[in-house]
Amino acid sequence: MSAREQSSYGLLAQFDGAASLLQAAKALHEAGYKRFDCHSAFPIHGMDRAMGLQQSKLGWIVLLGGFSGAAGGMLLQWWTSAIDYPLVISGKPLFSFQAFVPITFELTILFAAFGAVFGMLALNRLPRLHQELFNSGRFKQASDDGFFISVQAGDPQFDEAGTKSLLRQLGAQHIEVIERG
Amino acid sequence: MKMDAQTFRITVVGRFGKIMLAAGVLGLLLSVVGYFTNSKQFYHSYLTAYCFWWTIVLGGLFFTLLHHLTGASWSVVLRRIPETLMATLPALAVLFIPLLFGLHDLYHWSHADAVAADALLAKKAPYLNSGFFIVRTIGYFVIWYLLARSLYKISLAQDHHPSDKQTHKMRRLSAPGMLLFALTLTFASFDWLMSLDAHWFSTIFGVYIFSGTVLAVISFVTLFALMLRTKGILKETITVEHYHDLGKLLFGFTVFWAYIAFSQYFLIWYANIPEETIWFQHRWQGSWKYVSLLIVFGHFVLPFLVLLGRAAKRNLKVMTFMGCWMLFIHWVDFYWLVFPNLHHHGIHISWMDFTSMLAVGGVTLWYFWRRLTAQALVPCNDPKLQASINFENA
Repeated sequence: MSAREQSSYGLLAQFDGAASLLQAAKALHEAGYKRFDCHSAFPIHGMDRAMGLQQSKLGWIVLLGGFSGAAGGMLLQWWTSAIDYPLVISGKPLFSFQAFVPITFELTILFAAFGAVFGMLALNRLPRLHQELFNSGRFKQASDDGFFISVQAGDPQFDEAGTKSLLRQLGAQHIEVIERG
Repeated sequence: MKMDAQTFRITVVGRFGKIMLAAGVLGLLLSVVGYFTNSKQFYHSYLTAYCFWWTIVLGGLFFTLLHHLTGASWSVVLRRIPETLMATLPALAVLFIPLLFGLHDLYHWSHADAVAADALLAKKAPYLNSGFFIVRTIGYFVIWYLLARSLYKISLAQDHHPSDKQTHKMRRLSAPGMLLFALTLTFASFDWLMSLDAHWFSTIFGVYIFSGTVLAVISFVTLFALMLRTKGILKETITVEHYHDLGKLLFGFTVFWAYIAFSQYFLIWYANIPEETIWFQHRWQGSWKYVSLLIVFGHFVLPFLVLLGRAAKRNLKVMTFMGCWMLFIHWVDFYWLVFPNLHHHGIHISWMDFTSMLAVGGVTLWYFWRRLTAQALVPCNDPKLQASINFENA
């Protein structure tokens, strides 16, 4: 392994369209690559399956958020209304769960939404100010008309020369090495 | 049962229609026996069964209106099922006739002497009287029939002579149609179900019935499509992606139902006004308490937990179970709305509850099947048909 390979972030390959990007992603997945990503200006149908992506764990985080919101909401109201500051309201029992349902419901939704937003950010490792791919001048096209695959050097299958030739075989029109930093 | 794959038409009809007709006729005959045995019990059983099937048929109208209004493409392959449901309205109108003779057995407000002795009923008499009740009921059916017939006719015209105007026409009709649907469903629920206890009132009652209606029609469409699937019909057309979407709607409206049902309960519980709370008090007496609890858990908790995950909605066995379960619990819900007015002290199941279901269900499904098999099973010239067949959930 050369010093250059160790210092590089990985490879960025440009493709001419959505169809060839999809095919290349499938081929990379079949070749056993794990740490690669596809970049296009719009979602491509079937890309998740082609890349071999697993179902996101986000749903479980949302569920956890929802449950903690529900439990927290009910406990908070039980403690404040029946224990800490008992106050009889319109002759109803101190712990009247019916009255606590709206707040419990709202907190369930709020915490589930927190789970969704912050869980998504955490899973995507966001926010971050800089990403190595921005070192490439071409990468800006990914939000316009460019179709890219980036392969990280950290992938066990990665070998700069071999990966380069594989990407070229798959129809990459332009390949560049992305530097770290 | 067989279907021609080119024209989407049923070529071998099978015995479904005949079985349903036989069930309907048998049910009607037994209902006549029931009427002479205990007319009060008969009418309450019949009203429960009638309203159950009415929500499925009227739900077909709602599904169609919603499909056109939102310009949905995923549901094109399913559209003929709800469309044919709404085209079944004439059968439902005929099946309503027995109820017109049962007003005295069903509705306390229809007795002149009861109204004279009751200040509240006397105040309500300008609205709640037999004559106006019948006029309103006829009005509802006329509105539903005209709406359903126009939408159905345009849809069939699209099958035979497609033009680009039809989609827009159906869409334009659906906006005022939805408004009329909302108003008529609300008032029909007030008249037929809420006025069983004429002292009681709840402004959200129409929305409550509406939420059950949507659940009923989604369950019915799911089950019917799955039934066709077991016969190998439309297997490649209605795919797991469509069941997934039906599952999402079923889940969403389960939450909506719970929201509405709780809102109704919550406000009445909080205000604690005797004339309002009495309705829930009736439903908490004796064994009615267990029916109430069954509805809370069976109508909300169970479907919520089962349908929450993605895998469940894409599992056709789970969807079959949920379709059956939701229709069952929808019937329990209506039983719970109607029967505490007759059996105050607890649940009292009668054989007429089942024969009424057989009568109304058999005739409805027979007529539904007749109309369905007379046309293509999917709107074959809808411009969005191909998009619907290829539809995929992201």
